Amino acid sequence: MNGYVGAGYGVTLVVLGAYAWWILRRGRSLTKKRSQQRPR
Amino acid sequence: MTVTSDARTPSSGPLTMALGIASLLALGVTVAIGISLPTTVEQGDYSRLIAIHPGLAWASYVAFGVAALSSAAWVWPRTRDIRWDLLAGASMEVAVVFTALTLITGSIWGRPTWGVWWTWDARLTLSALMLMLELGYLALRRVPGEPEATASRSAYAAMLSVVVVPINHFAVEWWRTLHQGRSLLQSNPQRELDGEFIGAMMLGFLAMTLIYCWLVSHRTRVARLELAEHEVLLAQALQERRAEEISV
Repeated sequence: MNGYVGAGYGVTLVVLGAYAWWILRRGRSLTKKRSQQRPR
Repeated sequence: MTVTSDARTPSSGPLTMALGIASLLALGVTVAIGISLPTTVEQGDYSRLIAIHPGLAWASYVAFGVAALSSAAWVWPRTRDIRWDLLAGASMEVAVVFTALTLITGSIWGRPTWGVWWTWDARLTLSALMLMLELGYLALRRVPGEPEATASRSAYAAMLSVVVVPINHFAVEWWRTLHQGRSLLQSNPQRELDGEFIGAMMLGFLAMTLIYCWLVSHRTRVARLELAEHEVLLAQALQERRAEEISV
């Protein structure tokens, strides 16, 4: 596969994957903080 | 205004899980088909980027449009609900990602085919303007203030700036541009593209739309949690302040 084509697909997959991972991680950390804040 | 009841309701249920799986499958198939497309006389290997680049652009239009529509729903008194504002913010953030990727993949495609990484043609310039407007909207949301005031300010910004989307889309028809003209909405699309390239491009549209839906549903949930956390911290700060006043 041509380098430019590989770069195009690669950057797309990496950026989308990293953003999705960041969202999921942020959601998990906020949910955990929330369950710690709620009185038992 | 409180969103604690919303924050308790997760968006990551069976529906979003199914959406996530569908997105991954669609993206996987799109990439597989895209990289195995045949070479073309005009552009050789580089035509293979057709499976992702138009899809990214399409998703950026959808994201900006949803942000503007949600903003209108916030502004209109009958539908006024902070959830519309949270959706607008989430959608605009996702729009930044898709617009940036559109510009990056477009630049990568342009370098070998046009000989330049960038040129100030109408489509490229308007796409860059779109990205600046999206970033400006997100910066506006970060200006400190009451959530309702922030929501209203941002809503007007989104509704005014969304006009760049149709102008960008029609730029290739209204002005003489280096960027390719429209390939699909013609009486005979196959005059511009062979069937397998059209198929790959449509699959890219589908994959990016599914990915947009999954990203925005999770990002909106995170936004609800952030707002709920802000309210909890504010309540705690007020309680501490009152306790200080009482002790004095």
